[in-house]
Amino acid sequence: MRPLALASALLLSTAPFAAHAEEALRIGVLVTLSGPPAVLGEHARDGVLLAEKVLGGKVGGRDAELIVVDAEGKPDIAAQKARELVENQGVDFVIGPIFSNIMNAIAAPVTSGGAILVSPNAGPSNFAGADCNPDIFVVSYQNDQMPQALAEHLNRQNVTSAYLLAPNYQAGKDSLNGFKSIYKGEVTGELFVPLGQLDFSAELAQIAAAQPEAVYAFMPGGMGVNLVKQWDQAGLSTIPLLSAFTIDETTLPAQQDAALGKITASNWAPDLDTPGNADFVKAYRDAYGRAPSLYAVGGYDALMLIDSAVRRSGTEDREALRAALKAADFSSLRGEFSFSANHFPIQDFYLTQAVKAQDGTYHTAMVEKVFAQAADSYVGACPMK
Amino acid sequence: MSIAKGAAPLVILGLTLLPPLASAAGDPFLTVIATRMVIFALAALSLDLILGFGAMVSFGHAAYLGIGAYAVAVLGGMGVTDLGLQMLAAALAATLFALPTGAISLRTRGVYFIMITLAFGQMAYFVFVSFSALGGDDGMALKGYSTLLGLPVLASGTGLFYVSLALLTLALIGLDRITRSRFGRVLRGCRENSLRMQAVGFRPFPFQLTAYVVAAAICSVAGVLLANQALFVSPAYMSWQRSGELIVMVVLGGAGNLIGAVLGALAIVGLEEGLARFSHHWRLGFGLILVLVALYSPGGITGMIRRILPAGRPG
Amino acid sequence: MLNLILLQLINGLQFGILLFLVAAGLTLVFGIMDFINLAHGVLYMVGGYVMAALSAATGNFWLSLVLVLPAMLGIGLLLEAAVFRKLHDRPHLDQVLATFGLVLILSELVKLIWGAAPLSVTLPEALAGSVPLVGPLRYPVYRIAVIAAGLAIALMLWFVIARTRIGMLLRAGAANPAMVSALGVNVNRLFMLVFAVGAMLAGFAGAIVAPILSVDPGMGDSILILTFVVIVIGGVGSVRGAFVAALLVGIVDTMGRIFGPILLKQLLEPAAAAQAGRTLAPMLVYLLMAGVLFWRPSGLFGRSTGA
Repeated sequence: MRPLALASALLLSTAPFAAHAEEALRIGVLVTLSGPPAVLGEHARDGVLLAEKVLGGKVGGRDAELIVVDAEGKPDIAAQKARELVENQGVDFVIGPIFSNIMNAIAAPVTSGGAILVSPNAGPSNFAGADCNPDIFVVSYQNDQMPQALAEHLNRQNVTSAYLLAPNYQAGKDSLNGFKSIYKGEVTGELFVPLGQLDFSAELAQIAAAQPEAVYAFMPGGMGVNLVKQWDQAGLSTIPLLSAFTIDETTLPAQQDAALGKITASNWAPDLDTPGNADFVKAYRDAYGRAPSLYAVGGYDALMLIDSAVRRSGTEDREALRAALKAADFSSLRGEFSFSANHFPIQDFYLTQAVKAQDGTYHTAMVEKVFAQAADSYVGACPMK
Repeated sequence: MSIAKGAAPLVILGLTLLPPLASAAGDPFLTVIATRMVIFALAALSLDLILGFGAMVSFGHAAYLGIGAYAVAVLGGMGVTDLGLQMLAAALAATLFALPTGAISLRTRGVYFIMITLAFGQMAYFVFVSFSALGGDDGMALKGYSTLLGLPVLASGTGLFYVSLALLTLALIGLDRITRSRFGRVLRGCRENSLRMQAVGFRPFPFQLTAYVVAAAICSVAGVLLANQALFVSPAYMSWQRSGELIVMVVLGGAGNLIGAVLGALAIVGLEEGLARFSHHWRLGFGLILVLVALYSPGGITGMIRRILPAGRPG
Repeated sequence: MLNLILLQLINGLQFGILLFLVAAGLTLVFGIMDFINLAHGVLYMVGGYVMAALSAATGNFWLSLVLVLPAMLGIGLLLEAAVFRKLHDRPHLDQVLATFGLVLILSELVKLIWGAAPLSVTLPEALAGSVPLVGPLRYPVYRIAVIAAGLAIALMLWFVIARTRIGMLLRAGAANPAMVSALGVNVNRLFMLVFAVGAMLAGFAGAIVAPILSVDPGMGDSILILTFVVIVIGGVGSVRGAFVAALLVGIVDTMGRIFGPILLKQLLEPAAAAQAGRTLAPMLVYLLMAGVLFWRPSGLFGRSTGA
């Protein structure tokens, strides 16, 4: 039994090396593709694949091989898979992850193994500040920024009390801290739920009893689907629900009418008027039969960034490659885009809301711009200059 | 028991030769997988002592894996990186947790024992989930490897592998002795017929509790190694799914003969790694294999070997 | 505060009823056939998927809900014939191995057929709203319907077990399986029936939560362990025990989730209390189980001889 398994493992693992002996660029895509939040990973993955297609199968002018791996939503498993990608598959770049707790687990194995980590979504505060790393680039945003946009919106609307709700993990804590750092009104309550919780009856009852002026929630993926569906069922429709990563193109197919009109913060929307965005939305729809989300944009931009940098500097000289990545000389779907000293983006932030299109499908749509060309608030703590 | 005698040296020898073979084959990552195999083999081996020999099916055994892993994180955070000290601390912590919970659990029998050990395992899990200083639910990355006599032996993949293999070999020899001793015979006797043992004057409780604590301490050592292998600790190491996996390893290999647990762990880790290279839907084939073994090969892998090799007479 | 406690009690009741539906079949299979079935949670998940598929195909909630029952009965019979029948005189550990394998197979099959993303089921119009409770608090009509359906099924089960011939055999089987087969009862057929009905109940539970929770491949995993906790607290083989324990677990879990953080707020700063309280709350259920087993090693309604 054992020799057989080992022999087959040996055969299998040597095969890819034999087939790609020449200088193909190897890129790992490590995103969560199972469990309730699987669809977020699928969007990011499809964004990467679409970018590869647009580039004609070549990245930075070189043949490219993408290796897609499921992080399974579990930090310990993801750390193991990241090591396998870097040490066994010999990838030059890893695009991933979706979730911030996974980022904390895979950052060391990827960067110490000599690869560069490009995050299509997760932007935990520690990597923006003290733990910033020359080999980590975050093309998405810093976790605090979307809630900050919503808090700013509430400040402008003179909403004086808010109730907060988030899952109990790195990004959830970042998210509520980000909100509180800007919000001028009173936070009347904070609720944390375990990552992956699907029934919010107890939390909704507590919110109903507190009757806050507004609720801010951060509930990505399947959690967001259920929160929004249960919101109106519990008779809370009179309390405005503002959210980040809770209502977007990954969750709308399941939320449908329950999400209409609810305000969200985002760095992108399908109707954003930037060069190439409309084409991207159409190409994505044609290829995958659904509307793209900001996760898809993260994946797409991640590969486009890598393409621009490899084109400019190649992969031999590590310093030059870092500088080329930092230059962000690519055309982001979000328009104007550059990196701060900590390798997190400087970009615009918007309010969006869910709308129903003519053909009966749902997507997010632009409401107004909240921040113009904003950098995150941790960059000062990062020793990189 | 002949199978344990015959197979154990073969298995250990095979594993010893693996790293040079792996680097010769141009696939050093195989050593990483083999290290995982050896570490889980150690954990499964410790479970076999209570499950196979004492009929105490613990569904919370992964708690000790986690306790060992967190011992590395906590001591490492305090600057104590010596592997020996870390293993000692892990075993001590595991003993402190195993003594009271084992004593309470042993009030129950059969399926109730399974569930009360699950309860204690889950309590340990949630305690670590709520420690935000240790990363809470997210776990935490370790800053570096443990050291052996001040040397960074574990920092190389091969070093970690051979240290793990040495510990596995020691545990295999030690447990083989224990299970053949009077202690082991009493333990087995309690499994077969607890009433008769009591009638001939043995109170099963102290024997069972001792076995439970020894198993916990050994498993915590596997946890120390696991933390070094992943350079990451998280409460997920102590989840009930992990405990379930350990049981499955022992049962797949064949319970109650030590080497079965080792073979089961090798097979499960090997299948996971091997099948995952074929398809994202590898769990389908993996599940099918488990069902087929359960249906058609009583006694798991060692049962299968016994049937194939007719010479096996108990020695 | 009193209103909130009331509302949370109802929430706990609703969760408990759901647990009971899944636990009822498991406790019978376990108690009568002495069979450890780790795949029971997956049947709950399959029920959810069958419901989602049917309601997408028919567009009719009620019709789909009715069709789920025979579909799950059929799946239960199929699994019984293919796997479970061959295992029920085998050691517990072989059953654990086989049913663990079955969990992997069914979860992966579901992903293969329906993808990994959660599916949703639209609520029927008539049950979509909420009713006023006290003050500003309201309760969803659909969840009231879930409670009512669960209670009706509990009543039906009680009637079958306490008042019919099959029920008599079940009770006898739980008390002394050897005696029942010695009396010439076809134990295999009894097992088939119990297993299939258990699958149907679990699948029905999965189907009725689909509109509130949406359906995903991991949903069976999370309920399986709580279901085992319920049947062990109640005493293996006792449907009455499972009912009491399910409500107990449902209420303890829900109350702990809310009042854990509130109580901790007296000791810690709010953010820390919210986090620590929330993560410690799930432990309450396990403390409850350990406590029950400490005082009554065979559960609340279990026979002291043990299983």
